[in-house]
Amino acid sequence: MPATTTLPAPDVAALEDRAHALRRSMMEMTRGKGEGYIAQGLGIADCLAALYFHELRYDPARPDWPDRDRFLLSTGHYSIAMYAVLAEAGYLDPDELPTYGLNGSRLPMSTFDVTPGVEIVGGSLGHGLGQAVGMALGLRIDGRDSRVFCELSDGELDEGSTWEAAMGGATFGCDNLVALIDCNGIQADGPVTVAIEPVADKFTAFGWDTQEIDGNDMAALVAALEAARSRDGKPKAIVLRTTPGFGVPTLMGRPRAHFVRVGDDEWADFMAELEADRG
Amino acid sequence: MAETSVFGQTRGMGELIDLDGKETDLAPFGNELAELGRERPEIVGLTADMGRYSDILPFRDAHPDRFFNVGMAEQNLVMAAAGLAKTGKIAYCTTYSVFVTRRAYDFVAIAGAHSKADVKIFAGMPGLTNGYGATHQATEDLNMMRGIADLTIIDPCDATELRQVVRAVADIPGTVYVRLLRGKVPIELPPDYRFVPGRAALLRDGTGVGVISTGYMTARALDAARASLSSGVDAGVLHVPTIKPFDTAAVVEFASRFDRIVVAENHKKTGGLASLVTEALYDAGVLRPMIRIGLDDGFFECGSQEYLEAKYGVDLPRVVRALVDGT
Repeated sequence: MPATTTLPAPDVAALEDRAHALRRSMMEMTRGKGEGYIAQGLGIADCLAALYFHELRYDPARPDWPDRDRFLLSTGHYSIAMYAVLAEAGYLDPDELPTYGLNGSRLPMSTFDVTPGVEIVGGSLGHGLGQAVGMALGLRIDGRDSRVFCELSDGELDEGSTWEAAMGGATFGCDNLVALIDCNGIQADGPVTVAIEPVADKFTAFGWDTQEIDGNDMAALVAALEAARSRDGKPKAIVLRTTPGFGVPTLMGRPRAHFVRVGDDEWADFMAELEADRG
Repeated sequence: MAETSVFGQTRGMGELIDLDGKETDLAPFGNELAELGRERPEIVGLTADMGRYSDILPFRDAHPDRFFNVGMAEQNLVMAAAGLAKTGKIAYCTTYSVFVTRRAYDFVAIAGAHSKADVKIFAGMPGLTNGYGATHQATEDLNMMRGIADLTIIDPCDATELRQVVRAVADIPGTVYVRLLRGKVPIELPPDYRFVPGRAALLRDGTGVGVISTGYMTARALDAARASLSSGVDAGVLHVPTIKPFDTAAVVEFASRFDRIVVAENHKKTGGLASLVTEALYDAGVLRPMIRIGLDDGFFECGSQEYLEAKYGVDLPRVVRALVDGT
């Protein structure tokens, strides 16, 4: 058996610890720089912990292992969360994390596929789901049982290309494909502006097996991912209702959370909030 | 009532004209791809509801388990092709030039070229080969696509070259954009012609005036060169099938041997071959009088290819005039 970090059975408390570790790691990455897409990262941390430490099959020593499950981060600006989980999963040396967003770093502010464990160039929104459909088809042609997981966001659903891909995934019966839709209610200019709801109904109407859960509830995440393992000829969608800045109450309450600037004086308070929240 | 032309009626499906007396090859792209697919199981085919009009159906019929029609969804065409490529496939995809360039540009640039994905785009009906007007005529596609880094761009002349290009692009790393000729495609180049990626080909030597051309305008250039002999003009012809990377050395060497240059392309005069030639020659200090045969800026109307080529000045008489009269 190839090396894998997948847990044999769901241990929700252990996964919550992993999520907390990711959040702490993200907060450390913003230290000094004082800015980043930290709110989205904190919001998606539970989902990434559930994926990387319960659901995905992978080997960090072999990022190109053909039989790996693929995780595509379509929202490239969530990179801070991606690097945190890649370090926690063994793809990256944690000592490299402080280079996040610095000139010349392998950990740029928006994801590029040069980083071990990053599958796509994810900065231009609306690029992920269609590539996930293609990967799902390629794996199926080869008879591999690997699956493809694609994170995308509610704001990203504004992009018409996402709906082209949604039709494609259903048309081709990609039941080895799971879309994880992070509905955090924000986009660059503030709250999500386009009438995108009801997201779950839309994916259902497009032919996807769809679930809708609290994306910051680890037990619900684990249960939804397990339900999405069924191979019934339909792609799977899990609509995640997440809270930007989850785990840091002051950030959770910020009205403009798309791109957060954290002053040195605030940082220690936020870190204390994170630890207190976990405690 | 508007005056109508003597040049027939609109044809939208991109079959070429000037086929009288010429040998043709039916659907060379799809037939060659179907054969290549037998040899290389990693090849997959996709189309965006343009299977029939891009000639890819022979591949579909030969390899139905490796063929996907994504519908009228060019963004998803390129995304799905890139995703397939990232599982080790070589993804050939087809639609019209206008749709993949104008609608899916960001996806070609990022999911394709930037990602070094083995996506091979065969883009149908370039330039005036489509009679449905500006909505269907890719007259600025070379200009658009040459702006994308790490993208190979090829404009084949005829069926002989197109069949070779189908095979060659499988071994060109990354994303490739090919201007596709479909239907009955004439055989213009000699049997011993060999397409070499990135290389221009000297098809005819001459003195005085040299034509630098790409795509099917190379056939026009060869016809014009033959037609001009009786007027005492012995024109050279350099065919430049690979637009990017551009064979600067061959173009400079060719131009330096002639007193004046004619550039011919099935594209606007700006941003395509003429611009590339101008840049190359200016950089090298090889300055020659130049006539650019191509399309002026504008949106073009519906009509038969004969009508459109005559009206917009890219037909055979236009090339002959440039060679014989120098105007």
